[in-house]
Amino acid sequence: MPTTRMPGVRYRGLTARDLALIAVFAALIAVLSVSGQIAVPLSPVPITLQTLGIMLAPALLGWKRGALAVAVFLALGLAGLPLFAGGVGGLAVLAGPSAGFIVSWIPAALVIGLLTDLLTRGGRYRFWAGLGVNIVGGILVVYAVGVPWMGVAMGDGLLGLFTAMAVYLPGDLAKAVAAALIAAAVYRAYPVPPAGRPVIEEDAAATGEDA
Amino acid sequence: MNTLGLYVPGEGVLYRLTAGAKLAGLLLLCVAVIALGSPWVSAGLLAAAVLLYPAAGLPLRRVLAILRGLWPFLLAIGFFQAVFGDPSAAVRLCSQLLALVLLANAVTLTTRVGEMLDLFEHLARPLARFGVSPDRVALVLALTVRSIPMVAAAWRSAVEGYRARGLSGRPYLLVTPLIVQLFRMAEATGEALVARGIDEDGHV
Amino acid sequence: MLRLEGVSHSYEARPVLRDITLDLAEHRIGVIGANGSGKSTLARTLNGLVVPDAGRVTLGEWDTRRHARHIRRRVGFVFSDAANQIIMPTVAEDVEIGLRSRKLGRQETARRVDALLERYGLADHRDHPGHLLSGGQKQLLALASVLATEPEVLVCDEPTTLLDLANTRMVHRVVDSLEQQVVLFTHDLDLLSSFDRVLVVDDGRIAYDGRPADAVDHYVKLMDGR
Repeated sequence: MPTTRMPGVRYRGLTARDLALIAVFAALIAVLSVSGQIAVPLSPVPITLQTLGIMLAPALLGWKRGALAVAVFLALGLAGLPLFAGGVGGLAVLAGPSAGFIVSWIPAALVIGLLTDLLTRGGRYRFWAGLGVNIVGGILVVYAVGVPWMGVAMGDGLLGLFTAMAVYLPGDLAKAVAAALIAAAVYRAYPVPPAGRPVIEEDAAATGEDA
Repeated sequence: MNTLGLYVPGEGVLYRLTAGAKLAGLLLLCVAVIALGSPWVSAGLLAAAVLLYPAAGLPLRRVLAILRGLWPFLLAIGFFQAVFGDPSAAVRLCSQLLALVLLANAVTLTTRVGEMLDLFEHLARPLARFGVSPDRVALVLALTVRSIPMVAAAWRSAVEGYRARGLSGRPYLLVTPLIVQLFRMAEATGEALVARGIDEDGHV
Repeated sequence: MLRLEGVSHSYEARPVLRDITLDLAEHRIGVIGANGSGKSTLARTLNGLVVPDAGRVTLGEWDTRRHARHIRRRVGFVFSDAANQIIMPTVAEDVEIGLRSRKLGRQETARRVDALLERYGLADHRDHPGHLLSGGQKQLLALASVLATEPEVLVCDEPTTLLDLANTRMVHRVVDSLEQQVVLFTHDLDLLSSFDRVLVVDDGRIAYDGRPADAVDHYVKLMDGR
């Protein structure tokens, strides 16, 4: 049964349900990057919904579970499952010019998750604030790592910047909007359970009963 | 895990090395070629990387497959450096990029997904000090592999439902019910993990 | 023996179980009731998935409130949606993972996995992904995975609700053949005739407790009155 966050209660660790949520959202990122593909003429990178998944996981699950979902997705992709945009995978993506974008997804998920946790503390997810959070985490953080990296790989910062902007920016803005719209709708449709199990400070002994 | 992924079954030299050895070699070559920064070294490494494919028993069309995703970048670097920089930088950057991508890809093609994940789990072991249980890391990876086809099936039926109701133009109406369904799926899976005694809620 | 003493439970002020006291000793016990009657919550109290707000559920000397882990090892649980309780990527791995904590050694574990897959007709699907199995096979895999750990009692929460008639019968044949005590929560009234005892749950209470035919009659009348 879904539980709603109780005010004034601390949550610690991760429950079995949290592990399942991490796995299911890592799978969602994988499915979004493989299924939702739109080939762009002359561009090596198809537009995919991959970054939508990267923004949605922390926006819905918070920083801990969201960043872990992204990390699990990365681990499976780097281990050789064809999960990245365009059906590629394996260690080669870390050697390519776009590697910085992929590496940045974990800090991006942390930032989106932390800011969303603050944002939803009042119990509501507001679209405009959510959009701002997605742009800060999903675009500013990602580009802050990805663009200089591409600049180094391509031998020139300006060239890297230009390529990144032309190839990724329009799609990423659209996906930041979509992620905020989806998150706002999901928060109204389903009581997203908090991560971890409630801990009552005075009664710490009771939680350790049969562990 | 029986998932093959990009792995190509075979038995060349690279198959006999452990995943850890291949990863360490790759890192070493990567640092060396960037630190040396010479067009000759880069071009030599590229030649070696291309020759590695037949030597390891990998088909040469795998080399061409890598080029398909990379040529616009190579073209941009080549053009930019030829006009504004110097041609030797173009050679160095292009061959370095291509060589490292080919080498990294050769490691992936010759290493089973399961072996690579075991290596990742091993590398994550020091995190146990911060309360990350290696068993739980392995469990989440397995749960994810199991969840991908389930989420893919849910995605397909969500697309069907979206089309059947004629909701075109508002794609977020497609994803929202899908995500609610994923929450239910995770809820039931978490309950099953506890019921089967595989993962208790208790520990961190 | 599973024993419930004064068990009450509510979700956010909505009571779902009201002061239920029961001894569950018979070999085959059926539980029937309408959707929302509290049936599913009652099932979940039996192995500690739900710890009731008041009262207690015990198995011998163990209490679900304090010894959830011990109880879960002795009380196996099968859900209606098999897809979500298959946890591992392949059929054999899913049966095996429950055995892992037993530390039986590689050979003994493999032997037990093979024996279970053989017994439930899944041997040909050993290394297939679980999600490719048919609905009935998924439920058999879920049963095999739970039975791998050799529980004393098996609680099934509507295991056949999502299955067609042929698969329903197949699952019931398997459940019938078990040596363990079984507590079966179901909507399939005609499959309970051979049971030792059938309970009717209504509005969080035990509305009837007796022989299968009488219990089903009572339940049908109860529903006719709505």
